[in-house]
Formats: sequence, structure tokens, C-alpha cells
Amino acid sequence: MRWLLLKDLQILRRSPLQAVLLAAYPVLIALLVGFAISRDEEKPRVAFLNEVPAGSRVAVGETELPSVGVDDRICSRVACVHVEDREEAAEKVRSGEVLAALILPVDLVDRLNSLSTLNPRTPEIEVIVNQEDPLKARLVDDRITTLLAQANLTIARRIATEGGRSIDLVVDGGEVEAVGQRVEILGLSPSVRILETLRSSLPPGALQDSADRLIRFVSLARDNLGLGATLLERLAQPIVVDKQVVNESTPPLEIFAIAVAATLTLAFVTVLLVAGSLALEREENVFPRLTPGLISRQALLIEKIGLGIAVGTMVTLLMLAGVQPFVSLEWDRVGLWLAAILLGAGALAAAGAALGAVARDVRAVSLLAFMLTLPIALLSLIPSGVVGGALYEGIRLVTGLFPFKPALQAMTAALDPAGSAIGGPLLHLAALLVAYGLLARFALRRFAAV
Amino acid sequence: MAGTVAAALEARKLVKRYGEREALKGVDFAAHAGELVAIIGPNGAGKTTLLSILAGIAKPDGGEVHLPNGDVGWVPQQAALYRRLSVEENLLLFARLEGHEDPRASVEEMLKLTGLRERRAEIVARLSGGNQQRVNIAIGLLARPVALLLDEPSVGLDPRQRARLWEFVSGLAAGGTTVIFSTHDIQEAERYGQRLLVLADGEGLFDGTPEELRTAVRSEAPEAASSDFETAFVAFLQHRGH
Repeated sequence: MRWLLLKDLQILRRSPLQAVLLAAYPVLIALLVGFAISRDEEKPRVAFLNEVPAGSRVAVGETELPSVGVDDRICSRVACVHVEDREEAAEKVRSGEVLAALILPVDLVDRLNSLSTLNPRTPEIEVIVNQEDPLKARLVDDRITTLLAQANLTIARRIATEGGRSIDLVVDGGEVEAVGQRVEILGLSPSVRILETLRSSLPPGALQDSADRLIRFVSLARDNLGLGATLLERLAQPIVVDKQVVNESTPPLEIFAIAVAATLTLAFVTVLLVAGSLALEREENVFPRLTPGLISRQALLIEKIGLGIAVGTMVTLLMLAGVQPFVSLEWDRVGLWLAAILLGAGALAAAGAALGAVARDVRAVSLLAFMLTLPIALLSLIPSGVVGGALYEGIRLVTGLFPFKPALQAMTAALDPAGSAIGGPLLHLAALLVAYGLLARFALRRFAAV
Repeated sequence: MAGTVAAALEARKLVKRYGEREALKGVDFAAHAGELVAIIGPNGAGKTTLLSILAGIAKPDGGEVHLPNGDVGWVPQQAALYRRLSVEENLLLFARLEGHEDPRASVEEMLKLTGLRERRAEIVARLSGGNQQRVNIAIGLLARPVALLLDEPSVGLDPRQRARLWEFVSGLAAGGTTVIFSTHDIQEAERYGQRLLVLADGEGLFDGTPEELRTAVRSEAPEAASSDFETAFVAFLQHRGH
């Protein structure tokens, strides 16, 4: 069996393209993943034109809100490309230089101020987009919706704060500046105290009864208006999010990305290599010469699975080492990594052997392996809740029959120190290794058709 | 048929079915040490089926095969080689798998026997069809077989390569190895086969020397007696209902 393994490694080495791919592929994947997860989130480039006259303020009644720093707020969330006019903005969108253009029209603040008058006009901002593909359209819509919601929330909070201050003034009294002069507002609470003092000096009878009624009314007004400020604050953001995490084993995004890349590398290398290598025995017409005289079919299968495990493990470890400069991996967990990689490679190699035993030539089996592995890998990445319940159960069943998903789960658990238990996925992989091994052995019975 | 000397290889009442079709219908056959036996017959006669049963690759549905003195070496029609390995690497791999005590010495022996010493390091895919067939046969010989089975060994070879192949194979037979080969080429069978086994539709029609076959053809198909051997052979098959 070792001589067959040596022969397969010689054949691998003899094919320069294959050898280069096996060495370069994991390094390339590692670099891509490393760059992707080590870079800050890329801000979308947006052309920005602010036509609102400088110094404009949003007014609430007699009060003008302090500047909300619109430019700074917007440009902190997107990469602003300042433009001179609408034509330039539209041209930049059309040419694809920017994702969209955002224009704050000259009457924006006037329209905002009109909201508190008897003749309100809806404030509008202008957005120019180039929806040349559906993904871009979705991205732009999401960004605009988010920006608008944040802007509305900011304005609502400012209004609520100013409104709250006015109510406090009415309740507690104080000074306010109006038409260039400071005006003292008595306030309801001081009014109650003054009325109570006045009442004690009144003679009992109708006059005192009237004073009691006045005190009750002013007290009631003070108490209810006191609630108004809190109510106004609540109205600015009536719903707040209280997020409760039910599954705290969710891995950090960068760890999950590395696990996905490593498992994809392992899956493609192992399945394609084992399936192709087994099919090659038939394509080269050597299988009848090897079995059963020189080597048993079981031994041939074990050799192929061993080849897949050896090469898959080496390539995956190479990939993880390549990611290390970008993300700090915990090498003291290397034992768990090896357990995940070895069992994952074993199950994937057994699946590759089963494929290799049913196809007639290397090209056909390579295509079959690719066409099976890629969609299974994509299906395995669909999270629950994204599709309907019945469909998700179907996806779970299909992905559970192929080793990619359990290999990904095992890899994630091995890489993430706070991750979920690795035992379940490893058992799943062991079961698939046995099942696919038996399937491959059965398929080999018809492998040597003369 | 088998003579008084013990046969190196003997098959009795071999039957093989593929679904409804009977590929072999109770064929008897024996070959002795150093004999060069040609199996001839039209397409679908059962030549490859018979050889693969004798080689142990296919199992018969009836009958039995006896190999009293050791193994057979199998040389399939299409070269069964790793084309990306060199001549030497192929021979070394199979010598190791055969469990030779000194595989490198066995490789040297085969390289000498096949005349491929100078091309030992060459990748098999780059060899000519004739040289690939030599390596194919050399691997069959690594088992040190008492009988070597060759399935249409000269297919695809040019006349010069064919001549060298038969020179090599005749040398093996002269050295005591029983050689059984199948062929479509009647002239080739007549020229190199010491005995001919004629199969048609899974039946053994004739077993004897080329001269005995000529005699049988002349007596059973006299109208073709003056024609060339191939034409006479076709007339013989037609006379036998095939």
C-alpha cells in the first residue's frame, strides 16, 4: 500500500501544474482571506452636495436648534466626494466613480422649520443612484434607508430635547431670551407656592374656596406637564432594542471566515484529489492488474483515503499558517485543529473515493466532484431563518449527508476558543467516513468492468 | 488439445454470461509449457472473455481453470501503465507490489529482457506504442508467470514494431513460458501461433496447428481452398454457421 501511496505522490509531483496549485492555492486563499478580514470596513464613496445656506438652523417654536453638523455626520458614515453641482454629482454616479450622490437642497431647513407651522412642507433630500446591478441597488437602498433613519432620529431627539426644556421652563420657571430681551417665566411650581401663601392670608369662605380650586388646577398642570418632557423623549425613539443572545457560541466573524476558507480548501483539494486518483487507476487501465492479485480493493481504498488525508491536511495547515500574519490564531489549540482537519479530510476523502468509484474517467469525475462540492458548500453557509422552515430542514438534511458542513462546524469549534463543543461534528464526520467508505467499497465491485 | 505432458494451464467447460447473452458456451482449452497459442475468431467470439477468465480477472459462471504450476501474467490490450511515471518507476512499483525480494534487480532483468535499458528514465507517455507494449508485457512478466496471456498485443503497432514484439514474445516461449495471445489478424496467428484456438459466438470451433486448420478449411470449404488463408478461414466460419 505504501508503494501505491509513493506512486501517487510521484504522479502529483510529476504534474507541475497540480503541484503548483496544491502549494499556491492555500497561500492564495490565505492571503485573500487575510486581507479581507484585516481591512477596516470599506465605506461606500458617495458624491455629496450641501446646498443648505451656511448658518441655517432648525427652529423649534421660538428656539433655534444648535447646528447638528450634517456634513460631519454624513461623511463619518460614507466616504464623501464633495461636488460643486448636480451635474457633476450625476456624472460621477453615471461613471461608477461613486455609488450614489446625496444632495441636501437649499430649502431643506426651511421645510424642516415649516413642520411646526400651520403650512407644513415635507423636507426632502435628493439621491442619485446608478442601479446597474441588483446587488448594487440593494446596497444603495440599504445605505440610504439607514442614513435617513439616523438623520430623522437625530432631528427628533433635538426637537424632543428642546421641547423638554420648554416644558421644564413652564413647570419650574426660569428665564428665556425673546426678541433680544431676557424674560422671566414664573413657572407652575413657584405659582403653587405663591398661591398657597396667598390662600393662608384669605378669609375663610368663597374666596378661599376659589383659591383652593386654583391651587388644585395649577398643581395638576405642573404634575402632568412634568410627565410631558419624559413622554416627548420617548416619542423621539419609541422603540428601543433589547438584544438577548440565545446562542453565545457564535464565533467572531474573522474566525468563521478562516474556518470557511480552510474547509473549502480542504474539501476541494481532498475530494478532487481522491476522486481523480481513483478514477485514474481505471483510466490508465491498471485497476484489473492491481486487484485482486497485487492489492485488495479495501487496501486500495485505504491508500486513496490516506492520500487525501495527507495532502488535504498539509494544504489546510499551510493555509492556516498563511493566515497567521493577518489574524492571531491560537496555536496551542493545534491538537483540536488536527482532529478537525484529519477527520474532515477522512470523511471528504471517503466521499471522493465513492465519487471516483462511480465515474469512468478523471475529467468526468473531476467535474462531478466540483459540481457536487460547490453547491453543497454554498448550501451549508445558509443560516436558519433566511429561508422557509421546510426548505431549511431540506437543506439541513442534504448538507448533513455530505462532510462539508460537519467539517466546517468542527473547524470553527477548533479555531474558536469560546466556540461550541467539537465532539458532535467529529462524531458526524466519523459516521460519514464509515458510510462513504462502505459506499466506495460497494461501488468498486463494478469498477473493473472488462 | 492437451497432450500427454501435464498442461501448464487448463480450462474445462468454461461458461460466461452477460445478462441473456452467453459469451462462452462450455469452452475447453489447455496449453503446455513453452507453447505459443493464438486465439482467433470474429468480433464477439469470446476471445477477451476467455483470456480474462484465464487471468483470474473475470469469474466464470460455469467450468473451471487449473494452473498447477503457478501464476499467469496478464497483458491487457490497452497498456496498463502509469503514463506519468517513467519506465523504471512503473517496473519498480509492480516489482514491489509483486513482493520481489530485490525489486531493483528484477527491474534490471526486465529492462534487459525488453531492450529498454536506454529508455529507463523516459516517461511512459512519451514512448512509442510499441515500446509501451513492451513495458506492458514486462510488467506482466514480473509475476514470473508460467503462462503469459496477451490480449491483441499487436493492435496499433506499425510493421517494424510488430516484428520486434513477436521476436520478443517468441523468445519468451522459447524460454519455456507458455504464451497465449488473442488476435484478429489471421496471418499473424498463422505465422506466430504454434497452435490455434478458433472461437465463434462463444463456441470452440477448432483447436490445432495452423496446418491442421488449413486441412480442415480445405475439407469443409473446398470452394475457398485455393484462396488466401484469411478468405478460406472466413469460408470455414460460414460453413460452420457463423
